[in-house]
Amino acid sequence: MQITSIDDLQRAKGAGLAQLYPDKPKILVGMATCGLAAGAQRVYDLLQKKVQQAPWDGVVEKTGCIGFCYKEPLVDIIIPGKPRITYQEMTPEVAESLWEELAAGRIPEARVMARLDVDDMILNGGPRRLFKGKLTGFLAKAPRYEDLDFFKLQRHIAMRNCGFIDPDNLLHYVARGGYFALYTALTAMTPEEVIEAVTTAGLRGRGGGGFPTGVKWASCRKAQGRPKYVLCNADEGDPGAYMDRSLIEGDPHSILEGLLIGAYAIGSSEGYIYVRAEYPLAVKTLQRAILAAREAGLLGQNILGTGFSFDLKLNLGGGAFVCGESTALMASIEGKPGEPRAKYVHTADKGLWNRPSNLNNVETWANVPVIIAKGADWYRDIGTEGSKGTKIFSLVGQVKNVGLVEVPMGVTIKDLVMRVGGGVPENREFKAIQIGGPSGGCIPKQHWDLPIDFDSLREAGAIMGSGGLIVMDNSTCMVDVAKFFLDFLIDESCGKCIPCRLGLKRMRELLEEFSTGKGSLADLDELESLSEAVKDGSLCALGGSAPNPVLTTLRYFRDEYEAHILDHKCPAAVCKELITYTINQELCNGCTACAQECPQGAITGSKKKPHTLNTSQCIKCGACFEVCKFEAVTVA
Amino acid sequence: MSVTFKALENILDHYPPSSEHLISALQDVQAKFSYIPLEAMTAVCDHLGVPLSRGWAVVTFYKAFSLEPKGEHDVAVCLGTACHVRGGRNVYDKFRRDLGIAGPEGTTRDLKFSLRQVRCLGCCSMAPVAQMDEEIHGNLSQRKAGQLLRMYRKR
Ligand SMILES: Cc1cc2nc3c(=O)[nH]c(=O)nc-3n(C[C@H](O)[C@H](O)[C@H](O)COP(=O)(O)O)c2cc1C
Ligand code: SF4
Ligand code: SF4
Ligand code: FES
Ligand code: FES
Repeated sequence: MQITSIDDLQRAKGAGLAQLYPDKPKILVGMATCGLAAGAQRVYDLLQKKVQQAPWDGVVEKTGCIGFCYKEPLVDIIIPGKPRITYQEMTPEVAESLWEELAAGRIPEARVMARLDVDDMILNGGPRRLFKGKLTGFLAKAPRYEDLDFFKLQRHIAMRNCGFIDPDNLLHYVARGGYFALYTALTAMTPEEVIEAVTTAGLRGRGGGGFPTGVKWASCRKAQGRPKYVLCNADEGDPGAYMDRSLIEGDPHSILEGLLIGAYAIGSSEGYIYVRAEYPLAVKTLQRAILAAREAGLLGQNILGTGFSFDLKLNLGGGAFVCGESTALMASIEGKPGEPRAKYVHTADKGLWNRPSNLNNVETWANVPVIIAKGADWYRDIGTEGSKGTKIFSLVGQVKNVGLVEVPMGVTIKDLVMRVGGGVPENREFKAIQIGGPSGGCIPKQHWDLPIDFDSLREAGAIMGSGGLIVMDNSTCMVDVAKFFLDFLIDESCGKCIPCRLGLKRMRELLEEFSTGKGSLADLDELESLSEAVKDGSLCALGGSAPNPVLTTLRYFRDEYEAHILDHKCPAAVCKELITYTINQELCNGCTACAQECPQGAITGSKKKPHTLNTSQCIKCGACFEVCKFEAVTVA
Repeated sequence: MSVTFKALENILDHYPPSSEHLISALQDVQAKFSYIPLEAMTAVCDHLGVPLSRGWAVVTFYKAFSLEPKGEHDVAVCLGTACHVRGGRNVYDKFRRDLGIAGPEGTTRDLKFSLRQVRCLGCCSMAPVAQMDEEIHGNLSQRKAGQLLRMYRKR
């Protein structure tokens, strides 16, 4: 369908709405990466087969990640005049009976997670109530989305369409108000007014640094030289995060629309999306979205009949963390190794191919259409004084409700971990969060009232980062965490400058000493001063922020370092040189599970008799600890 | 797969002779042969008009490229932060022990398996996670890792 005027856009919206909420039942399967990993494809295939076999007037579609990753695979049922119902932990077998109930005209009652009464549709005239009157029966008793702790504090703005649309269907995006903001910007606003709106809204970059987006756009608009480029950073290098991937896999057009609006504001007609090649589904989704937008006329010449032209290319990253850095990313698009350069010449003036360039993160771009559609004041109302809007986190690690959450800026760590996340599993104890990835830091429980916004986090020694938020409990060793991030960074340092290339290695050696019970308190001071030197002396922000994980663990968990050095103990029982595995003779009932699993043959004993573990043979792999069901294997 | 003239030509046909396509063309070569054969790198550089040294620089800089042939099954164990705090390291070591791979990454002598580390497969809710060929396996333990290898060995 061609969309070259506002009338076309209106027609597309009508057609899309009829597909989103058809006058017949619809089944939606969540098919983003983690849904697929949990088995969504088999569920989807089965439902498709059923629908084709039997004469049933309904549809089966796919959708993206709504964030409840720990309940995957998820399936939704949308019946005209009823709330939308979400079913959790689907298997092909359960899906089959679910479909049979539905085909027989009943609403399935098994594995209900929640019901949705109102679709927020923030960009299309506001909330849409899905049914009239009162609910009865089991539906009345089913929890609503907003009753779930996981959802209560959330507000989906960047994720507005994730889990609601088929990401490959342009009409679905338009139906929820998509591309109308673009039309408004192109026809009712000057480029300066667009920049003004983004500035007033207080949008700050979601890729890590939190730089004001409007300010960045303004300097690129002012820059001399043509062509100008707008770029999207979808490299997502944080090793424990997948927000950007989910946004792309769930709602690619929101990023395209953001880029289009940005290009208009800056005066650019060409753009690139730099996406990790290791994200095959995200790559395919973007390819399809670009193709669809081009076919509809939303990319190309004379967009929406306004005379504005813009097109986009996709560039696949080769898997280097440093390529997320702006100058390295541009070098990589040019086909070179991704080495950063010093930034005394700003990329706004001389970036990609030495032309003025503006780079923003995926989530930053996805926020832009909302600001234009709802206005800067609407957006400013959300969040805190210095950090406006929402932020998506991948809430992962030792937490019950693992998933993607989008919360207003300023939510406290405690609320995020204990309420949204449901606390740590198995009655262990919450210890710290790690936020900001390899450039960020660990914040301990005693600071859990800290509001999560750009400035508070920086004060605490961490950074907002791109949204990785890893929960740690008392089974996590902070020296080990520091080692983990340093290993990553040493691996990823491009090697161009000395503080980063060699400084990090020396820091790593010191940590190795500690984790093997060697080293002295004086070494702790050396680690600290070395950290400061690497911070100050590195060329790019990879090196410049690399010491953060070390510095924050030193700042908040010095006693743990000291326990390693002075007592030769690892309190969390992680550092292999400092722990011993033993079998508790009282608790061992001789089930032989551990002896079978031990790669060293270090465990002996006869059936139904307590076993013994020969420490001198043990390589501390932990396999025995994992398999013992009676907690007879202990580690300390 | 041997490096046939035809297979290479199909890749090169996609790209106009300009240096910006170096990484993309090499990615296609990697996807096709599952490593970068020297002949192929030379052909790509010639075609795009870039010096061979630039080809080397790019291939050795980016993780996505390998100069060695890969095993039949690709085992990618996640060592992202979420998997790390949930015991991913022990699982990874188990794979290494069972496959008899000395270094951090590598290929078994019988060319049956290649083991490598990856960071965040986007399934942290199932951490620790590994991807065997196209399939993701979650909530791994050392025992489950051993079972998986036995299963794939039979395939
Ligand atoms: C080593 C390093 C890695 C980075 N990785 C990413 C990344 O994966 N994704 C991202 O959006 N920004 C990343 N950044 C930040 C970018 O350099 C840049 O600031 C950002 O993309 C700008 O967009 P924003 O203003 O919308 O945040 C990284 C920075 C550094 C120094
Ligand atoms: S700080 Fe590290 S990554 Fe950045 S340029 Fe220097 S060596 Fe390369
Ligand atoms: S830790 Fe590993 S090597 Fe040591 S006894 Fe247990 S299974 Fe055997
Ligand atoms: S990937 Fe499906 S809910 Fe997260
Ligand atoms: S850290 Fe392993 S899947 Fe995310």
